[in-house]
Amino acid sequence: MFQRKIGKQIAILAVLIIFWASVQAMVGLGIINPYYELNLILIGINIILAVSLNLINGFNGQFSLGHAGFMAVGAYGAAIITLKTQLPFGLALLFGALLAGIFGILVGLPTLRLRGDYLAIATLGFGEIIRGVIVNIDYIGGAYGLSGIPKLTNWTLVFWLTVLTVIVIANFVNSTHGRATISIRENEIAAEAMGINTTKYKVMAFSIGSLFAGLAGGLHAHYFYTIQPGTFNFLKSFDILVMVVLGGQGSITGSIIAAVGLTILSAALQKLAALRLVIYALLLVIVMLFRPQGLMGTKEFSLKMFRRKTKDKEGKQHGTAIGQ
Amino acid sequence: MKKFRLYALLTAVVMLAALVVGCGAGGEEKKAADAKEIIIGGNLELSGAVATFGTAMKNGAQLYFDEVNAAGGVLGKQIKFEVLDNKSDATEAANAATRLITQDKAVAIMGAATSGNTMGYMQVATDNKVPIITPSGTALDVTVDPNTKKVRDYVFRTCFIDPFQGIVMANFATNDLKAKTAVLYVDNQSPYAKGLAQFFEESFIKQGGQILAKEAFVPEDQDFKATLTKIKGLNPDVIYVPAYYEPVGKIVKQSREIGINVPILGGDGWDSPKLPEIAGAAALNNTFFTNHYSSQQDDPTIKSFVEKYQAKFGQVPDTFAALGYDTAILLVDAVKRSEDGTPEKIKDALISAKEVQAVTGKLSFDENHNPIKGAVILEMKDGKQTYKTYVKP
Amino acid sequence: MEEFIQQLINGISLGSIYALIALGYTMVYGIVKLINFAHGDIYMVGAYLGFFAIAILGWPFLPSLLMAMAVCAVLGVVIEKLAYKPLRNAPRIAALITAIGVSLFLEYSMMLLVKPEVRSFPQVLSDVQYNLFGSLVISSRQVIILVVTIALMLLLQYIVHKTMIGKAMRAVSHDKQAAQLMGISVDNTISFTFAIGSSLAAAAGVLVGIYYNAINPLMGIMPGLKAFVAAVLGGIGIIPGAMAGGFLLGIVEAMVSGYGKSLYRDPVAFIILIIILIVKPAGLFGKNVREKV
Repeated sequence: MFQRKIGKQIAILAVLIIFWASVQAMVGLGIINPYYELNLILIGINIILAVSLNLINGFNGQFSLGHAGFMAVGAYGAAIITLKTQLPFGLALLFGALLAGIFGILVGLPTLRLRGDYLAIATLGFGEIIRGVIVNIDYIGGAYGLSGIPKLTNWTLVFWLTVLTVIVIANFVNSTHGRATISIRENEIAAEAMGINTTKYKVMAFSIGSLFAGLAGGLHAHYFYTIQPGTFNFLKSFDILVMVVLGGQGSITGSIIAAVGLTILSAALQKLAALRLVIYALLLVIVMLFRPQGLMGTKEFSLKMFRRKTKDKEGKQHGTAIGQ
Repeated sequence: MKKFRLYALLTAVVMLAALVVGCGAGGEEKKAADAKEIIIGGNLELSGAVATFGTAMKNGAQLYFDEVNAAGGVLGKQIKFEVLDNKSDATEAANAATRLITQDKAVAIMGAATSGNTMGYMQVATDNKVPIITPSGTALDVTVDPNTKKVRDYVFRTCFIDPFQGIVMANFATNDLKAKTAVLYVDNQSPYAKGLAQFFEESFIKQGGQILAKEAFVPEDQDFKATLTKIKGLNPDVIYVPAYYEPVGKIVKQSREIGINVPILGGDGWDSPKLPEIAGAAALNNTFFTNHYSSQQDDPTIKSFVEKYQAKFGQVPDTFAALGYDTAILLVDAVKRSEDGTPEKIKDALISAKEVQAVTGKLSFDENHNPIKGAVILEMKDGKQTYKTYVKP
Repeated sequence: MEEFIQQLINGISLGSIYALIALGYTMVYGIVKLINFAHGDIYMVGAYLGFFAIAILGWPFLPSLLMAMAVCAVLGVVIEKLAYKPLRNAPRIAALITAIGVSLFLEYSMMLLVKPEVRSFPQVLSDVQYNLFGSLVISSRQVIILVVTIALMLLLQYIVHKTMIGKAMRAVSHDKQAAQLMGISVDNTISFTFAIGSSLAAAAGVLVGIYYNAINPLMGIMPGLKAFVAAVLGGIGIIPGAMAGGFLLGIVEAMVSGYGKSLYRDPVAFIILIIILIVKPAGLFGKNVREKV
């Protein structure tokens, strides 16, 4: 689809530009007040987090529970550059993202030998270790966290970086490397037998995912003025995981839909305090019970879904435009 | 395929519904702002790690706002106390503040309970020029920017600052308890605790004392015996435990169990009827802490507050409830004197607050937006707080 | 040396709690291959039930303990039937997410029900400090916790190894389909496993409530996580492994707090976990099983 239909790509780009420009205009005119703008930015950050985790969990089939840890690395990395040096914001973001990516390699190399639940618990452990170490380093604020970070993140930046993340990951998934990555999810032993270097591809997917989590962390740090280690605990990892699973593991559009939906839901239920989390939990259980593969499964959302009934075979082909 | 389409449709509908709910709720608030109400926001910890603090504050403040409303409100309007949960998280606090200010049109915000969460959202308030008061954010940096040393225009607090309490306790330890050596045992996740420890340490060393060790814990801990055994081996004259009452109760209990009998000292986070319940009355003997007031004090304001609170919520108020109540008093007083109820005027009125009668004393703000108030040192005797000394500001 | 032994005592008493919770984790994992994240919250519910019986109803210790265990056993079975059973053939991650959902649900509906504040237990068990060889201190409650823990573990060993239902449990965990073919009711066996695991967690909850004297709705998160670490340490699915893992973790934590820096206690626990996972993924007591194609 990417190679064949250039016209379609231009159309998508046009839609994106129109969407970005109209939001930008509405922010300028005050139709979108700062509260909605904040939620739009949160949605963008959450999409980056969910899509990047989906690469690890959904496409590569490696169950990671430590995504918040990499987000923390990115957030601290970027914030330190901004606070302690005079380098521009773009470099700070890049540094945070790269640092998280390197951490991804360091964590991935030893742990990705593990499978399934063991990997889950090991990554959860690493996430907690990263947080535990941050709490103990006074240079970066310890338990206080870092404050006084300038607000440099804005709608334009978040929007285009979100688009960039989605494009990079979608293209990666559709590349030769991506197919190798997916084959590991389908059957690791078979993939190895076919001559795929499974360790290499697992670490590759893991570090790319971590890199974008770091990017999201950097954006987050520069929008909310402060970062604290407590923000990046394993509940945050769960949050991201829930987006991925609700949307469907192996569906980029699914992650996007879930990130949008859950961010809005969280904002809408804000006044309910503890009850909000009860509703959230029930929703989670109910969706899992009735649709364990998530809303989208491994399929991608496309307009063709809404066309009139086609034969089942054809439908399947349409539904899997990007993913497979 | 058909089923799949159904789900896609369902998702779209659910999301749309959520959006409508969100917008709908917002729309209502805006109308309310023009009407006969003054919106005061609450940005408090109602869920998450320190949910207890936020909930007590909310109750305390609600109690006072209800009293004011029953007596006809302020400036001829009723007060609407709009509380949002910040999930004990700095990011969520910023989120909640943005909503309170831009959506609900709050003219002032109370919160958050911790210094960290307050610092998470104060920039939002400053950018929007809305004054905020944290009932219990004690860290110095909350009201003063550490880099420029300038006071933050829109940020106030109802509680002590860390240095004052730490120094008062260090003086008490050296002069009254004749302590030469001390061990610090600090709640590592609380800037409040770390601040107290830092100033206690400085002041204690300045007076010739010696800090034998600095230990730390995380508030979710249940078992402290390992570290306490280590502390016991050091044999200090006093142990300073600046933290909140839940871990403190366990620490005091467990240290007496393993045979540590030296005085244990703390700060206002200790003040709670839960403390003797958790630690046990006997274990608490020979412990001292600094506080804003004593709920046993023979003061009519305190007595009536304790009674009213007990009647409404069925429990003795802790420090957080008292600070929440006082913050509400300060806010209502400022709104009254602002005359038009706009955020800017309320801020000015807060700056000029003079001797406002509240539960924790007569409150005025100094040039750094900190309340000027003295501290009392309380001793625990058979589970009862007994008044020891009063230290002037 | 004395301090070392004292730290050992501290570690063992802490470890016995981890061990009790870890037992439930390990049994459930062994039989349905599910990390039951809600397990730590069942421990919390157990603590509140114990609190309710002792503080409100005024019951003595033992009936309260048994009541909490019985109610939590039912709760465990209900959760299994409603939330996990429909997902038995779904991808494992779906069940895991459901477990997270159940965990959040228990925490926050409890928070709505009992308010977030901490509760303290009335003193039902006399607390006497025994001084051994001079300065070593052990409290009567520590002894009671240890005795109850060991008694429950022995009981569990008996059930698993000497009774029909225990045999069925072992059979189901070994090979579900073969067990079914042999006429074992897999559903009942799984329910029974949840019941036992949950009642052990409830027992741990009541004991912790009495020993540390403070409970709150979020108290289950960290011990739940630690107990899982303990279960993996010992070899998940292996009952003696969970016990050993629990005690080991408790002792390691006590030693790190006592001789190192107390703040590095949690990171150290997780680092040990990761080392074990990498060096010997099946845990200390487990056998490495080659994955078949």
